[in-house]
Amino acid sequence: MINKTIKQSAWFFVIPVILLVAFNALIPLMTVVNYAFQETFGDNVFFWEGLTWFEQVLNSDRFHDAFLRQIMFTSVILLIEVPLGVAIALCMPRKGPWVSVCLVLMALPLLIPWNVVGAMWNIFALPDIGLLGYSLNSMGIDYNFTQQPISAWATTILMDVWHWTSLVVLLAYAGLSAIPEAYYQAARIDGASKWAVFRWIQLPKMKRVLTIAILLRFMDSFMIYTELIVLTGGGPGNSTTLLSIDLVKLALGQFDLGPAAAMSLIYFFIVLLICWVFYTVMMKNEQQ
Amino acid sequence: MPLHQRLVPAVYILFLMLPIYWLLSMSFKTTNEILGGFSLFPQDFTLENYIEIFTDPTWYRGYLNSITYVVINTVISVTVALPAAYAFSRYRFLGDKHLFFWLLTNRMAPPAVFALPFFQLYAAIDLYDTHIAVALAHCLFNIPLAVWILEGFMSGVPKQLDEMAYVDGYSFPRFFVRIFMPAIASGIGVAAFFCFMYSWVEMLLSKTLTSVAAKSIAATMTRTASTAGYELGLLAAAGALTIIPGAIVIYFVRNYIAKGFSLGRV
Repeated sequence: MINKTIKQSAWFFVIPVILLVAFNALIPLMTVVNYAFQETFGDNVFFWEGLTWFEQVLNSDRFHDAFLRQIMFTSVILLIEVPLGVAIALCMPRKGPWVSVCLVLMALPLLIPWNVVGAMWNIFALPDIGLLGYSLNSMGIDYNFTQQPISAWATTILMDVWHWTSLVVLLAYAGLSAIPEAYYQAARIDGASKWAVFRWIQLPKMKRVLTIAILLRFMDSFMIYTELIVLTGGGPGNSTTLLSIDLVKLALGQFDLGPAAAMSLIYFFIVLLICWVFYTVMMKNEQQ
Repeated sequence: MPLHQRLVPAVYILFLMLPIYWLLSMSFKTTNEILGGFSLFPQDFTLENYIEIFTDPTWYRGYLNSITYVVINTVISVTVALPAAYAFSRYRFLGDKHLFFWLLTNRMAPPAVFALPFFQLYAAIDLYDTHIAVALAHCLFNIPLAVWILEGFMSGVPKQLDEMAYVDGYSFPRFFVRIFMPAIASGIGVAAFFCFMYSWVEMLLSKTLTSVAAKSIAATMTRTASTAGYELGLLAAAGALTIIPGAIVIYFVRNYIAKGFSLGRV
């Protein structure tokens, strides 16, 4: 930790950042707040509505369903991606020419534009002409992600695993690489089992990076929009309509700006809460 | 390392490559072949889809527009983030911790929440459908990202470096450019790479903020999917081309990529 000097004029270094971010964050947020508490019929005429929209959103089945789906989606992908990512990182070679090849190939999905990820999986999973869909159907599994909710869910989860597991792998691998060889030698001399090495040497060393990985995946999966809208469009029916898709449907599809703005604020508040947990946990880690 | 253990990364990479292979394979097929039925390899190999993209201005301008706003955004984000990150890593000042947290909350603001207000904001200041609008909008999450990554790297540089430079009579701007920036060159590279990447993969805001003059590749691709029938081959070729910029830059940052994803904190 660096010993920081107290210097109030350091504010000047931060002003450009504050101005740019505030312009993009506060003005749109105020617009949302305006719509959330008022009713408008155009022409900049507003009527005070108070908490009506919030009550309406919080009491609607539609919001509950989208929220539940969101929680389910986030838990499932975390339960798959984190153990899988750690397992793959443990099996990666530690040195040699293959390391770079593995890292570059594994990072590739992370750099593909999100709408292309959705389009790619759409083409890949098409039941009649896609590689995945065709293979499953010819094996006798009835699969059609545009019509069966279960297939749509499976495809969505598989897509997210494909897209983001590498993030966990890269972070876990970075944590593992930081373990000195001497630790392993000591474990060998003590005759420690593989499980003991994992439990008492590798896992503690990965704790910090894994916290970051889990929280990043948590937040980003809460915001998933583009991939999903291209792949399933929230369907069939509403079966894969997660929070952000529901929000855009409400705001741009039905133009119900009041409830949509109220929902935006509730949504943003949830993310803020998670964010605060993230920050606290990370800062606590850093102080250790 | 035993064989079964070496198989795990291999199988995983194979799984990662399958959809990409399918995208490439589709991009080399004719529309008739795609709609005609399933085939593992392109039967009549064709470059038609790529030729169309490189000759039709609405297509290749989509890429140029996207690259333009991504580069503008990366330059703005890293430039303003450098002094701010220095302030956070070296000094304590009133509200520094709250400010740092507030920046982070913007990295986590769901773009879906902001899409409509952003449209109204940039339409109101007459920047709608310009490259600068998308570049500025992406600052929302890229500046916090750059500040966090750079702060992580800067905290790794001992403070003695700053003090020595003062003793040697360097002025602050000269010290910052001549000594400090070279010392964190890899951090600047990683921050720039991540700004580039997040601006490149983000498609909701760029689509919302552009219509004709600065139309992004995402908007162009959507149009193909909806109006021109369902030209899967063309869509696949366009998608395959978007992978290239990422694939090129990733090689240079392969050893730092984990540090970037953890916001400079591994």
